[in-house]
Amino acid sequence: MSEFEPKIVAFFCNWCTFTAADLAGTSRLSYPPNIKIIRVMCSGMVDPKYVLKAFLNGADGVLIGGCWPGDCHYINGNLKARRRVALVTELLKQYGIGEERFWLRWIAASEGNMLKEVADEMTAKLKQLGPSPLQNKGQMAV
Amino acid sequence: MAKFAKLSFKKDELNKELSGFFKGIMENGAVDAVLAPMAQGKKGNRLTLVTSAANIGQIDPFAPIAAVSGAKIASSLTSRPSGRKVAMVLRPCEIRAVVELVKLKQVNLDDVVMIGMDCLGRYENTDFAKFQEQGGTSESFLENAQAGKTAMADCDIIGACKICEFPTADNVDMRLCVIGADEGSVFVEAVTNKGEEALGKSGLKAGGVPAGRGEAVKKLVATRTEARDKKFAEFRAETNTFEALSDKLSACINCYNCRVACPVCYCKECVFITDTFRHTGEQFMMWADKDGMLKMPNDTLFYHLTRITHMSLFCVGCGQCTSACPNDIDLMPLFRTSADKTQARFNYQAGRSVDEEQPMAGFKSDELVEVTGQVK
Repeated sequence: MSEFEPKIVAFFCNWCTFTAADLAGTSRLSYPPNIKIIRVMCSGMVDPKYVLKAFLNGADGVLIGGCWPGDCHYINGNLKARRRVALVTELLKQYGIGEERFWLRWIAASEGNMLKEVADEMTAKLKQLGPSPLQNKGQMAV
Repeated sequence: MAKFAKLSFKKDELNKELSGFFKGIMENGAVDAVLAPMAQGKKGNRLTLVTSAANIGQIDPFAPIAAVSGAKIASSLTSRPSGRKVAMVLRPCEIRAVVELVKLKQVNLDDVVMIGMDCLGRYENTDFAKFQEQGGTSESFLENAQAGKTAMADCDIIGACKICEFPTADNVDMRLCVIGADEGSVFVEAVTNKGEEALGKSGLKAGGVPAGRGEAVKKLVATRTEARDKKFAEFRAETNTFEALSDKLSACINCYNCRVACPVCYCKECVFITDTFRHTGEQFMMWADKDGMLKMPNDTLFYHLTRITHMSLFCVGCGQCTSACPNDIDLMPLFRTSADKTQARFNYQAGRSVDEEQPMAGFKSDELVEVTGQVK
């Protein structure tokens, strides 16, 4: 049987984390293809709905990448993202999606290395955890 | 210092005495109008807006029913203010919802004298009709409920009330106190300056203290808190997975009645009725293709979870969601258990204070470091 490959939906901020992913690429760093990147203009525009929908549709993990506090292109979008992540984590935890499946990380545009590290780390962690409890529940459940 | 005035009443004359008090504050110009629960003809009871003191006679605030949340009515009356002073007689849960709506600028208390009544619970709308048919009155309810007897032949007060740890109201100008009061008496308490002014104009003489109140309230809160913790533990054990939660919500048909009834579902237009969720046939087919099938209407669990991300921080546990469900899903424990977690995360309590900032309205750069675990 082949090894379990987690699906990770990643929302990356256009100004930092997405640029870091770009940098990782041009630096020829390879990171696991389990990370499916969705570019957003700011981590602060990641509506809780996007996270819920990803999990309900069977994502094994959700990663949000934003600018370090103080570096937000829109002043404080990342701080709003952090509060929302705390809120949604509290909700998901009650029904079996723990915080180990839902990450927020600050990754600056210059931190291509860190992007690779976070991607490696999260993929490894989810491989260890196994599929999301919502995997293959199908569209009947949601 | 709070001021009390004792209102004594003979059997079956509680509402008569109360109407005398409200007539007083209206006629002496403390307020121009009163919004209070009133008997509707021979049957039923609704919040009623009274602008003529002659019509206050039907007042019946302690009737164990709240057909809709008074917070929503308060919003209708004051979000675009009338400029006229109104006394509102509401339940503690309604007032806590009002506090949240004030912060969302959907209620304006400038011209309001808020009167909070002691609350021992309410029946469902349909059960209240049975209660009346069986000869129940506000007085009989108060007497029985204080003795812990709320059950009737085939119904009882709603689940939300049984686990409500807020039988008395805060953030009010006045209170109508019945818990722990001697038989045949109600106390009117003035809490703020606005309240004292109204009490002064009511014609009631200040004096007397409800001696047994503190102890009785404490006892009631303890009983209800215990019941709450038990209910929370039960519900959490039953729904610790998404699958179990989905089963719990299996009767949901996406009618959205729960959010219509919810006093703190604050969006002017719900995202679920916007074009965002008006999908094409092609889109539905694509979703069905993913697993070979698609339950319709879809997004049931998604809707409830999204609602929780919106309103759980403000949930006051009034139980209007459960009352509104046409398919008898007991939604209250879902929202209350979630609210318990989300409010605790931000050290917030819905309805506690008008000055407390709502968690999603502010943010600091040096908080919640544990979310990312990263330090520069």
